[in-house]
Amino acid sequence: MTSLAKDGTPASPLVEVKDLKVHFPIKKGVIFDKVIGHVKAVDGVDLSIPRGRTYGLVGESGCGKSTLGRALLQLTPPTGGSVEFDGQELTKLAPGKLRSMRRRMQMIFQDPLSSLDPRQNVESILIEGLAAHGIGADRGERRKKVAETLDAVGLPRWALSRYPHEFSGGQRQRIGIARALVLGPDLIVADEPVSALDVSIQAQVINLLEELQDQLNLTYLVIAHDLAVVRHISDVVGVMYLGALVEEAPSDDIYAAPLHPYTRALMSAVPVPDPDVEDQRERILLAGDLPSPANPPKGCRFHTRCPWAQPTRCADERPVLRQITVEGLETGSDHRVACHWAEDIATGKLRPHEVKAELVHQEAETPTEVAPPSEPTSII
Amino acid sequence: MALLEVKDLSVVFARKGEREVRAVDGVSFDVDAGEVVGLVGESGCGKSVTSLAIMGLLPKRGVRVSGQATFDGMNLLQTDERTLRDIRGRDVAMIFQDPLSSLNPVVPIGLQVTEVLTRHRGMKGEAAKKEAAHLLERVGIPDPTRRLKEYPHQLSGGMRQRALIAMAVACAPRLLIADEPTTALDVTIQAQILELLKDLVRDSGTALLMITHDLGVVAGMCKSINVLYAGRRVESAPRRVLFAQRHHPYTVGLLGSIPRLDAPKGEKLRPITGSVRDVLPWAEGCAFAPRCFNRVDRCVDGPPELVWTAAQHGYRCVNPVMEAETAK
Ligand SMILES: Nc1ncnc2c1ncn2[C@@H]1O[C@H](COP(=O)(O)OP(=O)(O)O)[C@@H](O)[C@H]1O
Ligand SMILES: Nc1ncnc2c1ncn2[C@@H]1O[C@H](COP(=O)(O)OP(=O)(O)O)[C@@H](O)[C@H]1O
Ligand code: SF4
Ligand SMILES: [Mg+2]
Ligand SMILES: [Mg+2]
Repeated sequence: MTSLAKDGTPASPLVEVKDLKVHFPIKKGVIFDKVIGHVKAVDGVDLSIPRGRTYGLVGESGCGKSTLGRALLQLTPPTGGSVEFDGQELTKLAPGKLRSMRRRMQMIFQDPLSSLDPRQNVESILIEGLAAHGIGADRGERRKKVAETLDAVGLPRWALSRYPHEFSGGQRQRIGIARALVLGPDLIVADEPVSALDVSIQAQVINLLEELQDQLNLTYLVIAHDLAVVRHISDVVGVMYLGALVEEAPSDDIYAAPLHPYTRALMSAVPVPDPDVEDQRERILLAGDLPSPANPPKGCRFHTRCPWAQPTRCADERPVLRQITVEGLETGSDHRVACHWAEDIATGKLRPHEVKAELVHQEAETPTEVAPPSEPTSII
Repeated sequence: MALLEVKDLSVVFARKGEREVRAVDGVSFDVDAGEVVGLVGESGCGKSVTSLAIMGLLPKRGVRVSGQATFDGMNLLQTDERTLRDIRGRDVAMIFQDPLSSLNPVVPIGLQVTEVLTRHRGMKGEAAKKEAAHLLERVGIPDPTRRLKEYPHQLSGGMRQRALIAMAVACAPRLLIADEPTTALDVTIQAQILELLKDLVRDSGTALLMITHDLGVVAGMCKSINVLYAGRRVESAPRRVLFAQRHHPYTVGLLGSIPRLDAPKGEKLRPITGSVRDVLPWAEGCAFAPRCFNRVDRCVDGPPELVWTAAQHGYRCVNPVMEAETAK
């Protein structure tokens, strides 16, 4: 990637993900636990996050965003592929080494309450992490660090003696951010950090994340289903569909020139609070539901719902993420798309057509034998 | 006279031994046939309680409802339960954020739709089944004949919401109340459902009361918009008027908080400070005053009145935002 750091120098990637795969076994049978298939939650993702930058991952629920974030941090063991963090391969790291590495890679969750221990007050939540990583020589030094962190996230000092349930949603998310921040991480993976919050509070938290990044040169992976939020906060946006990236581009380019049919549909569906814009927009309505990741469509995974799908290639050949050149259209070298027909779609040579909704079997969607991942109360 | 006229609606939760909660406080608005009226505001501002009060679905104990909700000349708040039950489903239908709560989990979808057809349109047997399949197809459920035999849990969230809309359409209601109908859905599915609702309004002349926290949703479909804060209507205007010039600082703050898809990168959000917990009782002054950037001493002298300008534009504020620039 040829992106520049905020000061204008080329930014080297802090995180490099290559061909990452996470397949969850679907088991059946009471005694033998026979594996009858796999949910391919993440199925071959390449991405790289430059230092001090924000990579935004967007896509609809179930497309594998959270699984990707967790696999990146090795909270879910990847089935395949590699994750390099500051030059170190994480997938092969010994558990002890990984644990000390964790200090540098922290996570923020959608629902802070479920990831905060209700019996601990804010001070002990924050001190715990420091103690676990042996940060600070003594209690006094740790308390000082905790106080500084509290200031940084805009919480008052009296918050220290309170318990998570005593705070509003926005303040809880600040506690979640403080818990991550206190360890002095380089990377923060924020999984739907604002989607449970009211809009006025969302904006406070988004601004806070941006300010902290500027002050501390943090690197973010922000995961969200809301394209407007992701585009606002990110330098680079990756659009995911059924376990894979379908498009990746700088935040402004993805809006100015969305190349993948799914990105176009997603973009056209996001409501804009402006009647003039709303009345003039062309909506690309997708038919039907997301297919099951246990049984994804062959070829291009989007072909069952794609208004541009063609009789050749789409149904049998899986498109790879690639750069395209189209006359009259500025697409930078950091704009990549996984569609066989991206050039002809961009020029308008191919026109969208009607798609009939296909039946998606809900039964197969969530394997009942596998418990959904619970958010760890602590990932230190 | 509009099809639905809500006047001075108040709802107070008053349980023994608990503090009274004035959830809705003198709210008024009209919805006419073939138009969409929006009720917006953040969680807890009284949107759902307003709609439940209109439908007569609030618990009878520990709740005081006052004001009027006149549907086609009949005050629903004074109507007996039996008549209300007839009206619900036939003339007035409601869809919720969680469709599962309004579907019977142990009855196949098909039977639930045909029941509505039998009850409200007198259809039976094959004819009802055929019409049910036709309805499911109309709301975009693939392979409808097969779907009729399935149970609610076998459908995805989007398909359930469609099934519910199919049932609402089945009795061709004159008024549909949709309470956050797409909040739990993905945005591409939301777009499908909103399109469906717009079709319904256009084709059948249904009056739609659209309840949402999303100003983007109302910008695209509502004829007029009411913004609620702490149980009161703080601003009300036709949608173009409202988006061209917001007067109430809360509405201005809401718009400033939303990252716009089409905004250039780097544009800062202007959030509202504090949270809805920082609220003043309306009796003492403007409930929004503790969070307001435009606050002056007069704001807390007493409850501000709703002030109307010529363009059917009302705002409840003593120091409104008047320059188009700051509102942009
Ligand atoms: N621990 C697990 N076991 C089995 N399937 C899982 C597990 N975690 C996630 N999945 C499945 O993987 C897919 C992707 O899930 P997730 O990463 O949570 O998506 P997103 O965050 O984009 O909504 C979904 O189909 C989900 O049901
Ligand atoms: N059954 C109830 N008992 C007591 N208070 C309630 C009840 N239902 C709602 N409330 C209160 O009424 C207010 C408005 O709630 P609601 O209409 O559900 O808000 P919204 O739908 O706008 O998010 C809230 O403060 C809520 O706590
Ligand atoms: S590859 Fe085919 S099916 Fe996939 S997005 Fe492109 S046109 Fe659509
Ligand atoms: Mg997720
Ligand atoms: Mg509600």
